[in-house]
Amino acid sequence: MSLRTEIMVLNMGPQHPSTHGVLRLEVKLDGEVVVEVTPHIGYLHRCFEKHCEAMNYQQVLPYTDRMDYLASMYMNFGYVEGVEKFMNIEIPERVKFIRVIMGELQRIASHLVAIGTYGIDIGAWTPFLYCFRDRERILDLFEMTCGARLLYNYMWIGGLSHDLHPTFVLKCKEFLNDFKKTIVELNNLLSTNKIFIERTANVGILPVDTAINFGATGPVLRGSGVNWDLRKNDPYSIYDRFDFEVITGKGEKGTVGDCWDRYMVRVREMEQCIRIIEQALDQLPEGDIASAMPKRIKPPVGEFYFRVESPKGELGYHVISDGSLNPFRVKVRAPSFVHLQLMPIICKGHLVADIIANLGSIDIVLGEIDR
Amino acid sequence: MSEFLRNFLGNDILAFFISAALPLFLFVVPFALFAVLAERKVSAFMQDRIGPNRVGPKGLLQTVADIIKMMQKEDSIPSAADRKLFILAPYLVFIGSFAGFAALPFSSFYIGSSINLGVFYIIAVSSLSVVGILMGGWASNNKYSLYGAMRSVSQIVSYEIPALLSIIAVVMVIGKLNLHEIAEMQTSSFFNWYIFGGPIEGLQKYLLIPFMVVAFIIFFIASLAEVNRTPFDIPEAEAELVAGYYTEYTPMKFAMFFLAEYASMFLVAAISVSLFFGGWQSPFGYLGNSLEIKWLIPIEQLLWFLSKGLFLVFVQMWLRWTLPRLRVDQLMNLCWKYLIPYAFLNLIIIGIITLI
Repeated sequence: MSLRTEIMVLNMGPQHPSTHGVLRLEVKLDGEVVVEVTPHIGYLHRCFEKHCEAMNYQQVLPYTDRMDYLASMYMNFGYVEGVEKFMNIEIPERVKFIRVIMGELQRIASHLVAIGTYGIDIGAWTPFLYCFRDRERILDLFEMTCGARLLYNYMWIGGLSHDLHPTFVLKCKEFLNDFKKTIVELNNLLSTNKIFIERTANVGILPVDTAINFGATGPVLRGSGVNWDLRKNDPYSIYDRFDFEVITGKGEKGTVGDCWDRYMVRVREMEQCIRIIEQALDQLPEGDIASAMPKRIKPPVGEFYFRVESPKGELGYHVISDGSLNPFRVKVRAPSFVHLQLMPIICKGHLVADIIANLGSIDIVLGEIDR
Repeated sequence: MSEFLRNFLGNDILAFFISAALPLFLFVVPFALFAVLAERKVSAFMQDRIGPNRVGPKGLLQTVADIIKMMQKEDSIPSAADRKLFILAPYLVFIGSFAGFAALPFSSFYIGSSINLGVFYIIAVSSLSVVGILMGGWASNNKYSLYGAMRSVSQIVSYEIPALLSIIAVVMVIGKLNLHEIAEMQTSSFFNWYIFGGPIEGLQKYLLIPFMVVAFIIFFIASLAEVNRTPFDIPEAEAELVAGYYTEYTPMKFAMFFLAEYASMFLVAAISVSLFFGGWQSPFGYLGNSLEIKWLIPIEQLLWFLSKGLFLVFVQMWLRWTLPRLRVDQLMNLCWKYLIPYAFLNLIIIGIITLI
C-alpha cells in the first residue's frame, strides 16, 4: 500500500528572516526534501542603471554605493578605476595605495557580514555579534576618513574625497593586530565546531564545471577549487605590487566545493587582506589625494568594460559613452546576480534547512542583484 | 505543607488543589519573568554586549515592559485557522509544562503533591505539550507552522526514549519513584548524590559512578531536545521556519508558548537535580542545624534546590548561545543511532551492577 503524496509549494520570502534581503524563493518540497527552487527577484529594483543615464560621470558614484551596500568602497573602486583607465587619467601614488587599503578593509567588512550571517543561518548567534563587533571598528575607520559609515562616496574620479586622518595608520594597524586574534577565536567558535561542519560539509556541492559554466566568480568559484582571482590573474590598480595568496577550497571536511569550503575561503581571505593592508600601510607614500581634473568630465566616444574582484566576485562596469557629459549606458555585472542562479542546482535533493545553508554560503546582496 | 493547609482550611480537596497550584503563582510566573531577562543578560554577556539596561535599575523591569507591550497588541486569529484548536493550543502547551511542577520537591517542607509515581507523572504529563504543539501548528493553517509542529512532535517523541531509558536506569538504583523520598535518601553529603552512585557503600558505588554520569549526560541531552533548546531547536528554527509552530500567534498567546518554554526549561533541570544532584539536599550540611534554628532548614533547602536548578538552566542558555543548530535528519540520527543504544547499554550495565 502506498500513501498518496503531494508536492508542496512553500514561498520563502520576500519577508523571511534569512533570505538576506527581499528575495523570494519558490520552493517545491516533497516532505522535507527539496524538489525545485526558483528564485524570484525584483523586490528591491530601484532602476539604478537607468538613473545613471541622466547623471554625469561623477554623479553616478553614489548609485554605485547603493548597489552592494555591504561593500560600497569596492563598488566605487571598480567604477572610478574604469573611468580613469578609459580617459587615461594618471592618479597620484598615494591615492592608489589608499584605494587598495580601503578596498581590502571593505573586503574584510563584507566577509565579516557574510560569515556572521552564515552563523545565524546555521543557528549560531554569537559569532554574528563577534563579527559585527569587528566590522564596527572598520566602519569607525571609514567614518574617521570620510564621515560615512555605510555609503561612502569616497573614491572620486581622479582621486579621493578626503585624505586619511593623521591617526588612521596607527588605528588601522591596531585593528589589524586585534583582528588576527579574533579570526582564531572565530575559527574555534564556529569554523571547527562539529555541528557546524556537519551542517555545511558535503552540502550544496558545486562542481568545478558547473561553477565555470554559470560564470561563478569570487569565493564561490574559489570554493570549488579554482585558482582564479582578478587581483592576481588580471591585476588592476596596484595589486601586482603586493604579496598575497589566492585561497581555494580543498575539501578538507568534505567534498571540494561544499558550503564549508566556500565559507572557509572567506575566512582565510580575510587573513590575506590583512597581509595586503599591512604592506600597503608600510609603503604608503605622501602626496596629493586628487589629480587635477576638469570641472566637467567628458570621456571620448566609445565604451569600456572594467572588472574588479569585489568581495562577492567579479564586479564589472560596462559603460558606453556617446561623448556627452552623461554616460549613454551603464551596465553592471553583479556577482550576486550570477551566483543566485546557482541556487536551483546546488539545492536540489537537499533538505529545507540546506536551502538556507546554501543561500548563506553564496553570500548574495539583494541591492546588487536588483540594482 | 499540604497537612498545614488541610488543617487550616479544614477541606481536603481544596487544600490539595491550593497546594498543587502554589508553584504556578509563587514560582513559575516569577521564574519566567526572571529567566527571560536572565537569558537576555546571559546572551549579552556571551556576545560582548551590554544587554537590556534601560527599563528600571540595570534593566530589571525589561520583561515587565515587554509584557505590557504585548498586552497592548491586537490579538488576531488568521481567518483560515481552526479557531477552537488555535485558541486551545497555547494553554495546552502551558498546562503540560506547568502540571509537572506539582510533583517537584522544592524543599523538605514543601512539595505540591507527593505522589508515589512522581518521576513518571512528570514525564507523562509534560508530554501533553506535544499535543498542544501539533494542535497549534495544524490549526494555524500555515506551512511553516505545520513544518515546525511536525518536526517538534517527531523530535520530542524520539527523545523521550533515551530520556526515559536513563531515568529508568537511575530509578533501578534508587528503587523509588517518589521524588520527595528520592531527595530524602541523598542526604548528608554530596557524595551520596545519585550521580555519585547514591548512599550505598563499597565496590558497587564506585562501579556505578561512571555509568551514572553517562546516564546524566544522556538525560541532559535528551531533555534539551524535549524543551526545544539549541542545538535541538529545529521546530522553531528561525532561519528556516520563521518561528516554527507559533508563527501565526499574536502576543499574549505567543507569551503562553514562551512561558511554557521557560517553565519546561526549569522543569527538566529540576528533574535532573532531583534524580542526580540530591534534590533539595545541601552538599555540606545546614546552617540551621549548626545554629539550631529549625525554621531555617527548609528555606536553605529551597535555596539549594533553586540554585542547582538555575545552574542547569544557565547551562542550557550557555549551550544555546554557543552552538549552531542540527539539521532535522542529523537530529534523528543522533537520537536513534547514538543516544538510544548507549542509553540502553547503560541501562543493562547499571542493572547488572545493582544485582551484584
